[in-house]
Amino acid sequence: MQYQSQAVAKPYFIAALSLFVVQIIFGLIMGMQYVMGDFLFPEIPFNVARMVHTNTLIIWILFGFMGASYFLVPEEAERELESPRLAIITFWVFLAAAGLTVIGYLSVPYSTLAKVTGNHLLPTMGREFLEQPTITKIGIVLVALSFLYNIGMTVLKGRKTVVSVVLVTGLVGLAVFFLFSFYNPENLILDKYFWWWVVHLWVEGVWELILGSILAFVLIKTTGVDREIIDKWLYVIIAMALITGIIGTGHHYFWIGTPGYWQWLGSVFGALEPIPFFLMTIFAFTMINKRRRNHPNKAVTLWAMGTAVLSFIGAGVWGFLHTLAPVNYYTHGTQITAAHGHMAFFGAYAMIVLTIISYAMPILRGRGPANSHSAQVVEMWSFWFMSVAMVFITLFLTGAGILQIWLQRFEDALPFMVVQDKISIFYWMREGAGLIFMIGLILYIISFFVKGKDAPEVVEV
Amino acid sequence: MSEFFTKNMARNIYFGGSVFFILLFLGLTFDTIRELPKRDHRENITEQVAHGKLIWEENNCIGCHSLLGEGAYFAPELGNVYKRYGNSKEAIIGFIKSRPVDGIEGRRSMPQFNLTEEELDAIAEFLKWTSEVNTENWPPNIQG
Repeated sequence: MQYQSQAVAKPYFIAALSLFVVQIIFGLIMGMQYVMGDFLFPEIPFNVARMVHTNTLIIWILFGFMGASYFLVPEEAERELESPRLAIITFWVFLAAAGLTVIGYLSVPYSTLAKVTGNHLLPTMGREFLEQPTITKIGIVLVALSFLYNIGMTVLKGRKTVVSVVLVTGLVGLAVFFLFSFYNPENLILDKYFWWWVVHLWVEGVWELILGSILAFVLIKTTGVDREIIDKWLYVIIAMALITGIIGTGHHYFWIGTPGYWQWLGSVFGALEPIPFFLMTIFAFTMINKRRRNHPNKAVTLWAMGTAVLSFIGAGVWGFLHTLAPVNYYTHGTQITAAHGHMAFFGAYAMIVLTIISYAMPILRGRGPANSHSAQVVEMWSFWFMSVAMVFITLFLTGAGILQIWLQRFEDALPFMVVQDKISIFYWMREGAGLIFMIGLILYIISFFVKGKDAPEVVEV
Repeated sequence: MSEFFTKNMARNIYFGGSVFFILLFLGLTFDTIRELPKRDHRENITEQVAHGKLIWEENNCIGCHSLLGEGAYFAPELGNVYKRYGNSKEAIIGFIKSRPVDGIEGRRSMPQFNLTEEELDAIAEFLKWTSEVNTENWPPNIQG
């Protein structure tokens, strides 16, 4: 560790991984409810399991982004963090808010939670991914402010690199667009229009800046390639992300009451959205080929290549599959969306957090630049289990989606529930792949406890 | 990338491109907001419809259903449920009211939300209003 204050990243990473485990447990519960409708009913209805699944996902990714920032910004700025103490206080506030919210979801009916937390005063609840009580949302804003102050001051007072400036730009964007979660007009169409300013402009906008800068940092450290080259790539990637992604929001404005011209805009710019992800794949592989050092942490390189490839396939290719308006007319609101969502989120955002954790954790734990060979072997097995399982989850959901469209929207126009019964074999297979994913995750957690001889040092070549 | 394409050029494309497309997006948003009243028949958003939206939100309906294709895909699309149920508010209310508390063995079942008559009426009005928004003929057929 070059700077003592980088140590604050550690609890953030541990919290991220703990919530990741919770997320997958609830994913398996939902998968079960897809095939055995009364599973855990009425104790944990599907909507509650889904809230826990999606909300813990968002929160663990945020914990991961924060941990990544606290780890990499001091190194980039070449100074200690502005206030390590504030970072730790913020950590506990965020963890408490997240924990209490999940307990709230699970212990009382959602309408009771809405009443107790005074949702009628400023109604923001009950919208997909933004289900958190208003008071939790306010807590998230406070956490974000404290975090941005800490990171921002560190960058401002220290060396400013492209990596850190792009990272901070992405984080500021994340905080600013979250404010739209407080805008919930009575008009559903307006509500939906600006709901996407949180959801789309996060994952297909500013989060790509965060993803790009974390990936660039890891590649600088592990390959030793000249910063000038990496900076140039980073600029091109994020330029393409915003040039395609901002108007690309239009691919959500096809059928929700918005004007018809969005069908053209959303189709054209949506079709271009794979470009930044494709560039990211080329970027990672080119840098690794040009490497000027052999880093002993082989696992982190695997994660970096994994995120570069799976984000392109999940976000890029699977996104393109249904971004054209004439196609989306049939795929909108089916399992195709679920298929895309799973691999895009895992490939882009789960894996970039696992990448930085893989790089930082050995250092934070005082194990030198890498874990022992045996620990890395377990970690790399977990990579393959989770990645391959996610590919199959995506394929099975895609199969379910194609059949659903055919049966429900083309051929016989069968009712929704009749169709769901007919395609249940795909949901069974998806649940099977989900179990494999869980095995991968358990292996991953185990890899942290594997000891063994120290790995070799970094070798410049 | 070659020597001709410098880091400064890359940075300028990033800044210039972002600013241009942010401004374009704001312009399009401004136009959309102006066009929306012709499409969302907001004159029909009564107090009851607005209340219905709140009921919809406070029971997390989106956690299982989709509405205009957005939400979860565990239960049927409800953007057009008013039309699917033969333009009948009573059918919607009857369905919500009759959900068994302990579910249905082996099958997916909507929870019993114990809504009051007034709340049931509001949610049905909200779904009726939603079904009358101009959605460019989506969904493709009545099954949603």
